[in-house]
Amino acid sequence: MAESGSGDGAAVRRVRRTVLVAFAGATLGGIGSVVAYALDLGQHWVGLGLAVAFLGVGGGLVAWGHGLMPGGGDVEERPPVGPPAADERAAGASLRDRGAMVGRRGLLGGALATALSATGLAALVPTLSLGPSPGDALRHTAWAGAGAQRLVTREGRAVAVDELQVGGLLTVFPRDHVGDADAQAVLIRLADDVTVRAPAEVSATAAGHVAYSKVCTHAGCPVGLYEAIEQQLFCPCHQSSFDVVEGARPLMGPAARPLPQLPLGVDDEGFLVATGDFSDAVGPGWWSRP
Amino acid sequence: MVVTAVIARLASWLDQRLGAARAAEAGAGKVFPEHWSFLLGEIAFYAFVVLVASGTFLAMFFDSSLVPITYEGSYAPLHGAEVTPAFASVLDISFDVPAGLLVRQVHHWAALVFVAAIVVHLLRIFFTGAFRRPREVNWLVGVTLLGLAILEGFAGYSLPDDLLSGTGLRVGYSITQSVPVVGDHLAFLVWGGEYPGTEIASRLFIGHVWILPAVMGALIAGHLLLVVRQKHTQFPGPRRTEDNVVGERLWPTYLAKSVGLLFLVTGVMVLLGTLFQVNPVWLYGPYDPAAVTTGAQPDWYMGWLEGALRLTPSVAFRGFGVEVPNVFLPGVLLPGLTFAGLYAYPFVEQWWTGAADREHHLLQRPRDHPHRTAFGVAVVTFYVSLFVGGSNDVLVAQTGWDIAVVINVMRAMVVVLPLVAWWVTRRLCRQLQADDVHAGQVERIRERVPDA
Repeated sequence: MAESGSGDGAAVRRVRRTVLVAFAGATLGGIGSVVAYALDLGQHWVGLGLAVAFLGVGGGLVAWGHGLMPGGGDVEERPPVGPPAADERAAGASLRDRGAMVGRRGLLGGALATALSATGLAALVPTLSLGPSPGDALRHTAWAGAGAQRLVTREGRAVAVDELQVGGLLTVFPRDHVGDADAQAVLIRLADDVTVRAPAEVSATAAGHVAYSKVCTHAGCPVGLYEAIEQQLFCPCHQSSFDVVEGARPLMGPAARPLPQLPLGVDDEGFLVATGDFSDAVGPGWWSRP
Repeated sequence: MVVTAVIARLASWLDQRLGAARAAEAGAGKVFPEHWSFLLGEIAFYAFVVLVASGTFLAMFFDSSLVPITYEGSYAPLHGAEVTPAFASVLDISFDVPAGLLVRQVHHWAALVFVAAIVVHLLRIFFTGAFRRPREVNWLVGVTLLGLAILEGFAGYSLPDDLLSGTGLRVGYSITQSVPVVGDHLAFLVWGGEYPGTEIASRLFIGHVWILPAVMGALIAGHLLLVVRQKHTQFPGPRRTEDNVVGERLWPTYLAKSVGLLFLVTGVMVLLGTLFQVNPVWLYGPYDPAAVTTGAQPDWYMGWLEGALRLTPSVAFRGFGVEVPNVFLPGVLLPGLTFAGLYAYPFVEQWWTGAADREHHLLQRPRDHPHRTAFGVAVVTFYVSLFVGGSNDVLVAQTGWDIAVVINVMRAMVVVLPLVAWWVTRRLCRQLQADDVHAGQVERIRERVPDA
């Protein structure tokens, strides 16, 4: 690359020195980075050396361009981007003339459009194989169909009626679906003098316990926090809160639907069971939600 | 010198076969106007280059399977934990691949800078009126690139299958499900069945490393070709007219500076990735659908959507046999309207103001167009208010304020602050214009009375 022939004044010498220092620094940084990698000195030394190398080359090039190459002020003509009005007509006309020679475009053009539509549709339809149709999968969870199922913890342990303390909360699953994303429920033991009110079903509580879907009806996050004193469930994602006594009615935040309730019972051996599926489809809605 | 001679012979050999010398000469003489704000788009482009290079390295080590395995890598706290290969391979990159953590952090930082540079570049184009005829098409290409960049970023940080990104994907699933009429089918199609399934990471991976980058690469090429075809805009100034471009020629000055900028941008990314930890997924832990962290925050460019999700009032329509879920409003309608508005803006402004429909190559200063500037500042204020709303839990955790009050105040801010910003900006533009007129008069007086 040629340098501008402005002589070797003091200013030019200063810029040359800056550029040389930058490139020398880059060289050292590059070598340092390679050495750090080879000797396993740690990623921060590899990164630091690499950063110095890139910054040195970049800074040197900018200084070189700025201080030693021809400066700005060059002028380039700018003809209009669009065509003069006359040209536009001429170009369009010649296309139209040749188009006219194709002839009988009405019928053939229509047939082509139809054929392309059918072909395009046929080519796109296999993408439907990417996923099954939802069917009624969104309406049911793993609690459905199997009769009374014991609630089990994340560790797979069944929950006895006297296990949970008043004000306590436990995440529970169906026995064969531990960790399941849409069957997950929160089990809460209410104080002895508290009974749930509508829209909660009193008959769906058991031995002072109430259970709700853990999937937030707003955007599907797990409703993981429980304020025992105010008896509110709280979603940490978007700050919706639900009234545990009144059927997990939404109190604050963006959620608009209550958390569906899980009907509870107690089996012969004193363990908590779910007697059926949730009172409603769990999680956020969709347009054809029943 | 020998090297120069070889280059000259090679050039003439190529020219005899390609006839490219004249085109190359014309291209090398192309003039680029100088202004710092014209570098914003270049920074975005160079961040993309860094992303492709660092991402290619990462893709060699990433495993997108979601079928659980036992973690046996060298991060002791998770030893023996049941994790997915997606999560485990990101931990391997971070702890067992030499320079892996460095490249991963450079990649993540570059993504944050990439979207930021695009947004600031877009604001520059907007506030200087550079989108006007004949550049509407390039505005459309640029807006598309912004949307794809956000999608690409979301797909990328959702790959590691950690607790934070898994929660983000759950929200993404809910939003997909809220799409009118076909939402439930669409969600099953994208996830390969009911959430969470075992398909989503490999699909995001294909999208993240192939489909989206390929489309973006093509659009970036088109974006730059249009700049070459239409030539760059310039601010008004001495000798600058609608019929010329004043600045530096591509060869050698502009090329040296621009390649220098590429190296500087890369250097800054490497420095950020070296010095500042980003997305430490091992601290979040593997994804568990029944677990969630408090104070969860997405990457910054999702903040406006996060805030909209949090601040949307508790409404959901149900009737006529359909349900409009709450997340439809912030998750589908808001981004839909945002991008529809961005796409439509150049045409709406042209129609609204009835401005002369001719080519514009000289830029406007924001103050010269108070209506547009005030509108733009109001819109930016709206999105910044949403962004702030996305961190309401962090604010509450730090101040101890009542969350219900904070939510309601922020809802009010989203509505009121844009109006205030609009009014203030318009006043400010008018004031600056008046100052210009005054300064102009002083200038003219000085010219007439040299000693004044």
